[in-house]
Amino acid sequence: MKTIEVPALARVEGEGGLYIGLENGKAVEIRLDIYEPPRFFEGFLHGRFLQEVPDITARICGICPVAYQMSSVFALENALGIKITPQVRALRRLMYCGEYIESHALHIYMLQAPDLLGKQSAFEVAAIAPDVVKNALRLKKIGNEILKTIGGRSVHPVNACVGGFYQWPDAEPLKALLHELEWGLQASIDCVKWALTLPYPDLEIEYESVALHHPDEYGIIEGEVWSSKGKKLSITDFEKGYIEEHVKHSNALHGRTIDGNTYLVGPIARLNLNHEQLLPNAQKALKDSKLKLPLKNPYKSLIARAVELVQAYEEAIQLVKNYKPEGPAHVELKLKAGEGAGATEAPRGLLYHRYQIDNHGLVTFAKITPPTAQNLPRIEADLFQLAPKIVKMPEAEATLTAEHLVRSYDPCISCATHFLKLKVEEKSK
Amino acid sequence: MDKNKPTVAVYKFSSCDGCQLSLLNMEDEILNLADAVDIAFFIEASRATKPGPYDIALVEGSVTTPHEIERIKEIRQDAKFLIALGTCATAGGVQALRNFADAGEYANIVYAHPEYLNYLPTATPIAEHVKVDLELWGCPVNKAQVIEVVVALLNNRKPNLPSYSVCLQCKRRGTICVLVDKGIPCLGPATIAGCGALCPASGRGCYGCFGPFRDANLPALTEALQKAERYPGETMRLYRGISGNAPLFRKAADAILSTSKETK
Repeated sequence: MKTIEVPALARVEGEGGLYIGLENGKAVEIRLDIYEPPRFFEGFLHGRFLQEVPDITARICGICPVAYQMSSVFALENALGIKITPQVRALRRLMYCGEYIESHALHIYMLQAPDLLGKQSAFEVAAIAPDVVKNALRLKKIGNEILKTIGGRSVHPVNACVGGFYQWPDAEPLKALLHELEWGLQASIDCVKWALTLPYPDLEIEYESVALHHPDEYGIIEGEVWSSKGKKLSITDFEKGYIEEHVKHSNALHGRTIDGNTYLVGPIARLNLNHEQLLPNAQKALKDSKLKLPLKNPYKSLIARAVELVQAYEEAIQLVKNYKPEGPAHVELKLKAGEGAGATEAPRGLLYHRYQIDNHGLVTFAKITPPTAQNLPRIEADLFQLAPKIVKMPEAEATLTAEHLVRSYDPCISCATHFLKLKVEEKSK
Repeated sequence: MDKNKPTVAVYKFSSCDGCQLSLLNMEDEILNLADAVDIAFFIEASRATKPGPYDIALVEGSVTTPHEIERIKEIRQDAKFLIALGTCATAGGVQALRNFADAGEYANIVYAHPEYLNYLPTATPIAEHVKVDLELWGCPVNKAQVIEVVVALLNNRKPNLPSYSVCLQCKRRGTICVLVDKGIPCLGPATIAGCGALCPASGRGCYGCFGPFRDANLPALTEALQKAERYPGETMRLYRGISGNAPLFRKAADAILSTSKETK
């Protein structure tokens, strides 16, 4: 029997294991075992007042709390039939820029790059390339500073509410970030160049990319759900195109298209569908990279993240420069019974929420479809494609190659649990 | 490995990763920290792990599965000083809201095949299972407090942590009381300081994510909050939130439920 076992998958958010079953040296079964415990968010949201929802759903993920807050508030605003003001919308995008910056910088430098540099951690990278890690930390910190300035803290910020924000953040501390943001824009352009020099493993996958698309901006907070196969759905109709199944080996549900296919969400999917909406500097960074779109190599999601890092810095600069706290920070809520869906692009992919509320504003139904749940079947399918190569490798290399693939998805397992032990087993013996 | 450096291990139980992330968010300090201590086990940051025992164990998350009960016992045996990190580890966290309901019903709501799941009916703090040497509250923890605790341990002194309520932090930063001035229900008087009084400074009430302040006059606060309620049951829901399973908040919510007609 050939067995490779990884007790836990390092440098991913959450916990899981990977199992590969072989018959005569060929992979016949691949499972990502999710042992991240279920936490039942959709259960205990029942009976909560709608204004409590963004504070609760933020706790689904410490790395992308803003995404959970944003999908919640858009869904609940749709349920109440209220429209936010352009100023609120702009500040929400700025918050999202902050989250993209901290999450992408974390993933690029601290979670994925060690694999490409043959290191175990960013601490080891720091020993050979201290400047790379120092720049990385500075890049990441600016994202956290944006979140702190708007929401008091970067993990579970406190200012977002249904209808807008509890209060406008002061303009002065935001404008004070401009100097660092300008540095970050240049550093992120350099990050794309650096990302292109890294040695990515070869792998080509024909993905169905799925992401929000907005005609006038890089789709993050509103728009239609587009697929690279041409399907276009309104956010309200998301569940008509994409469903979730519960499989035995995973506390995370598995996403499928209505036709039963796997699909991809996240930076590669967004770049494949929305590259025309990138801002000029990000557009130029992408063009200079000579990257061929659609991007098909999951390991190269690092480059897609780097391009999005440029985009997030560039947009953050515009939004900070134009920030004017005018008008009410939030729309007054008129409670009524209703149902509403909301979707936004979390750093790791499309995040869909749907709620029903009663006429007191209490939640009677909640459905949350996180990006990693949608990507899990796709990760398993990628591993199948990788398996013939893996099984010929020495154990340590096989484990690392498979782990690296999973990590390149930036899986957020505590969000999706609803992760990694690599076990390769020869079944016929 | 430098034999003189204390070893640190970081573990995750049922949680959102936010407290571990607070460690990685110490952008200005993390490289110095990695010099001062030997980060021997930190799966979220590194594949490289060294065997225990460890001088300091930082444990994030609450206990929600049978496997986690076994795991925390092993971790305790391997750790000289064990710190419960954040509100999940100290009170059960937001997932402990299942303790007030039927977790089986929640499983039916969320999952098509609840029989595939292996979970406990309750989410419980680390101290309910093993001896905890220090509890650091917060959802998420305040990274300055984490640094203070680690530095204190390295220097063999007692960490300097607040023993007063959020109210005092509002006074210090000059925030006008949202409850008195605007009539917004606020748990600040009953919540231990540590966050920096962020919510009142953002024009909203505190929702108790750092857990109870042990000397709070809860019956008096309940009375004041109930007068300010913007929707029925707001006070009860405030207590029964992120830190809802902390004994003092649990008691306050139960007191409301036993006296009021409001049932949900």
